[in-house]
Amino acid sequence: MKIAVCVSHVPDTAAKINIGSDGISIDPSGVTYVVNPYDEFAIEEALKSKEKFGGETVAISLGGDANKETLRKALAMGIDNAVLLKDSGYRDSLSVSKALAEEIKAQGAELVFFGKQSVDFDNSVVGQLTAELLGYNCISVAVSFVLDGNKIICEREIEGGKEVVETNLPAVITAQKGLNEPRYASLKGIMAAKKKEIIEKIPAAATNYVEVLTMKKPASKQAGKIIGTDASAVPELIRLLREEAKVI
Amino acid sequence: MNKFTGVDYFNVESLLAEDEIMVRNSVREFVDDRIIPIIEKHYREEKFPHHLVKELGKLGLFGITLPQKYGCAEMNNVSYGLVMQELERGDSGIRSFVSVQTSLVMYPIFTFGSEEQKDYWLPQLASGEKIGCFGLTEPDFGSNPGGMITHAEKVNGGYKINGAKMWITNGTIADVAVVWGKLDGEVRGFLIEKGTKGFTAPEMKGKHSLKASVTSELIFQDVFIPEKNILPGSKGLKSPLMCLNQARYGIAWGVVGSMMACYDSALNYAKSRIQFSKPIAAYQMTQEKLVYILTEITKAQFINLQLGRLKDKGEVKHTQVSMAKRNNCEKALETARIAREILGANGILDEYPIMRHSQNLESVKTYEGTHEMHTLIIGEDITGYAAFD
Repeated sequence: MKIAVCVSHVPDTAAKINIGSDGISIDPSGVTYVVNPYDEFAIEEALKSKEKFGGETVAISLGGDANKETLRKALAMGIDNAVLLKDSGYRDSLSVSKALAEEIKAQGAELVFFGKQSVDFDNSVVGQLTAELLGYNCISVAVSFVLDGNKIICEREIEGGKEVVETNLPAVITAQKGLNEPRYASLKGIMAAKKKEIIEKIPAAATNYVEVLTMKKPASKQAGKIIGTDASAVPELIRLLREEAKVI
Repeated sequence: MNKFTGVDYFNVESLLAEDEIMVRNSVREFVDDRIIPIIEKHYREEKFPHHLVKELGKLGLFGITLPQKYGCAEMNNVSYGLVMQELERGDSGIRSFVSVQTSLVMYPIFTFGSEEQKDYWLPQLASGEKIGCFGLTEPDFGSNPGGMITHAEKVNGGYKINGAKMWITNGTIADVAVVWGKLDGEVRGFLIEKGTKGFTAPEMKGKHSLKASVTSELIFQDVFIPEKNILPGSKGLKSPLMCLNQARYGIAWGVVGSMMACYDSALNYAKSRIQFSKPIAAYQMTQEKLVYILTEITKAQFINLQLGRLKDKGEVKHTQVSMAKRNNCEKALETARIAREILGANGILDEYPIMRHSQNLESVKTYEGTHEMHTLIIGEDITGYAAFD
């Protein structure tokens, strides 16, 4: 079975983000980029599936040359092949999905893992859109995954609990934290990844339906106020919560 | 706590290869996830985190420069150094464990061992299934190992070993000890397995340093080992000194990890600790301390990287390794103390890593060649006069 995992190259969540001079993109200078954290669960599940059922794994990423770093990490974790869909221009989620779906079809992958969302723009739809474009089934926000023959059973995280759902291959699964414990890239894996080639392809041109008009930073936080350190401050605290913050 | 994102004021990263950066990042992640959350408890309780050994093996951190056919990663020395640096940001004791396994056990077996010894031991040591220790120092022979009392005697079918070693990292938990003793007056290496009759390895207790690491004595009373357990390639005191040179290289890198941990903790503290209505980071004296620490880290980073590049080219001199070990350990201990001062009284609590690093560094400055001995080694090199026998 061919297993694909789609990976996104995103700013480290600890990074301080600045807006680029064009006003509609992130200024990448001084920002560390990492594998999208949810995609690490997707990579791990792809590796576990291969270990269990055999086959071949391929990681696919859409973006510029910098994305190779993320693909290299996927290879170091144990993914067999990597494809970079080279296009560093702006794409909306549908346009990203179209490029990915095309490559997944070309690869002939029946089982596809995504992170449930990419932590840079947080649209949380690329996995589902890709499934639709491919005509594959889709289970999103999975916290467990069991494949038995053609049948897939997943637990999904929902508000206040979990639901158990079933579907069949071919399918797209989007991974939520808790699905597994991603392995570290071992030193031997890193050495092996050095020898693997990242295949570069040019995806079809973007057809965007959503345009970024501007980016804004959140308003800086106001300093906190200490109104006392013991029980005598409680009445004043309640008054402020009621009258100033208007939350009670 | 803020996520650690490295200390790199001079963009030293731009001098690293992609795979070297990946190694560093992978070990950094491991240290954040697996070592830092548990280390203070283990340190306080004087317990080595034994459960990490197999995980370190799985990650490939033992014997990383050795050939792949023994289950090792076959990476360069800069990668080895970066591994040591990241591990020691966690704790010097964990770094010591990996140093000993790699430089003082796997290296001598690889360099002086028979094919049979290599095939048997190296894969098991690489995976962490087996643990090793290195016995050179004796109670009365530290800086002067040539005076060692431990000796071997040729007997029918093998050797009989008598003597005692002290300050042996991993001794009590080791499956195999690489022991140095005199055979007909010449220093030779022997492999002595745990459980061999007459061999005991009691743990040394009461340490105020390296408390998350096992330190032991090794005692040999008429210990018989078969002929095949001598390291056939070992010849004279030079052999164990070659091992120490490997380990010292790792220490020079390792302590930079300690420095980074202390600096990171002190910088974050200084920015959040308010006195006289502003953060202490806004005061000149605190800034001077932080700048001093960062400058020493930066200098040590460059020393290490060049040392590693020379080692990878096969051009490094042992005196250069001595200079790196000497400088970096001294500065690490000095800057740990300065970092502790920035935290004031809070600096002594194990809520922060600084005091633990500072205590560890007391040992690290002394072991693998004391600060003084490295001074004399370099002194002899530049003047031509040996100030010791």
